[in-house]
Amino acid sequence: MARARAVHRRRQTVRSVLVAAASTGALGTLLVVAVTGSPGWARVRQSFLDLDIARAALPDVLTGLWLNVRLLFFCALGALAVGLLVALLRTLRGPVFFPVRALATGYTYTFRGLPLIIVLYVFTLGVPGLRLQGMPPVLVLGGCALVITYSGYLAEVFRAGIESVHPSQFAAGRSLGLTYRQTMRHVVLPQAARRVAPPLLNDVVALQKDVGLVSLAGPIDAVRAAQIQTAEHFNYTPYIVAGVLFVLLAIPLIAVTDWVTLRAARRQAGH
Amino acid sequence: MARRTVPVALGAATALLTALVGCAPQEVEPTPSQPAAASCEKGSLTTKTPGKLTIGTDDPAYEPWFTDNKPDNGEGFESAVAYAVAERLGYARTDVVWNRVKFENAIAPGPKDFDFDINQFSITEERKQAVDFSAPYYLVRQTVIALKSSKIAGKATLADLRDAKLGAQVGTTSYQAITDVIKPGPQPQVFNTNDDAKKALQNGQIDGLVVDLPTAFYITGAELTDATIVGQVPQVGVPETFGLVLDKGSALTGCVGQAVTALREAGTLGELEKKWLAQVAGAPELT
Repeated sequence: MARARAVHRRRQTVRSVLVAAASTGALGTLLVVAVTGSPGWARVRQSFLDLDIARAALPDVLTGLWLNVRLLFFCALGALAVGLLVALLRTLRGPVFFPVRALATGYTYTFRGLPLIIVLYVFTLGVPGLRLQGMPPVLVLGGCALVITYSGYLAEVFRAGIESVHPSQFAAGRSLGLTYRQTMRHVVLPQAARRVAPPLLNDVVALQKDVGLVSLAGPIDAVRAAQIQTAEHFNYTPYIVAGVLFVLLAIPLIAVTDWVTLRAARRQAGH
Repeated sequence: MARRTVPVALGAATALLTALVGCAPQEVEPTPSQPAAASCEKGSLTTKTPGKLTIGTDDPAYEPWFTDNKPDNGEGFESAVAYAVAERLGYARTDVVWNRVKFENAIAPGPKDFDFDINQFSITEERKQAVDFSAPYYLVRQTVIALKSSKIAGKATLADLRDAKLGAQVGTTSYQAITDVIKPGPQPQVFNTNDDAKKALQNGQIDGLVVDLPTAFYITGAELTDATIVGQVPQVGVPETFGLVLDKGSALTGCVGQAVTALREAGTLGELEKKWLAQVAGAPELT
């Protein structure tokens, strides 16, 4: 009986895999035929998918990508730290903390509303205009603009996480004799962070695409390098090269996000 | 500057440059009604006013193309070129009459109040639909500008710029001038617009900004008065070209074109450029 059931299940699995493969194949063929059969395909392939130009553009685009990677690393750390801090300030209780709460709230309102490109202009071209002593290089200033903008989003994600933890958890911590800070640190934040890990990582993936905007102040990132190559050859292939590299860069991050989401779901389900 | 188009990717300009460098015959196309070169002389030319050559330009006419807004004094690059062309066609200085024509009107279709107009007109395919152009009398050069307080201000050679942080607008011949001619050690900075680049120059984030010469004159003369022209870079890429404007299908197009070509071949245009742009206007050659 059990063996019969197992055999049946296996057959069902094989069947569903076959059906999935067949439908994927059909859809893929349809897409390829639709794209390559279109009247302009030859011209598009020539100006977007030229292997020689791709090879020529790759070194410069890779050099630019290294700038994106370094910026992403530092800006992600910075934005996570600042975001968490702002979220904590925004969730402080008690009338005495009203100014702090108001400031933190104003911060998230302002920097989620302000277009990143404007913040970047102010930081990378405006601030150096003050000609102060010891002005950091433009990359650091651009990084600050990114951290400030993205910490606005991340703060709200963190806050949502903190507020999603049931108040009884907090009360329980306090009743055990933990201080406010200890309760936050050991009871509330771990649960909050676990719950919002997927959206946090999602914002980090978004940040990965935006770090390159620092290029408006002069540095050459991957997209800018592609733009320069494109202008030189009058061919758009370098953009595709940069695009592929960006996806490759994002895949590990996205995989981690999916894995964390899956794990959180399993935990919720009690497995 | 509104009167010029972005100097990149102009197939037309490529064609023109090739024609110019090779002095190819298609550069000067005599119109069917136009007799051969022998008759390109004062007596046989049908000008607006017989015996006179009417040359148009805008009012005001700016330095260093003209001086003191007086085209008839023969000073300034374009005034000098205009008189050189007139002389080539057999017109004495006293035979030249200047007429003020707005820039836009000169390239609009319709009757013209000049035999030819000289006013930094870039030769473009679009404009060729409405007017005739002579052979180019000027190939736009790339120029390094810097703040007067900058470490590269007053430098005379390209080698002096090797350690400079230079900037340019993305996708321009100016950027090519940095990477192909100057080749500085520090990575060049690239900006979306010249306005962003100017800001970085003002802030001291870059030592020098590369723009074309007409833009350099405008920036240092009108926008950043604490900036100065360091010098002109050797010709690079596909330069924008300036041509004399004539009425569409003008009987003079062939002769004026030949005159300009002859002046280039004789080295006159090069000398005038050196005199009025490099020496008088202070945009020396970087060697």
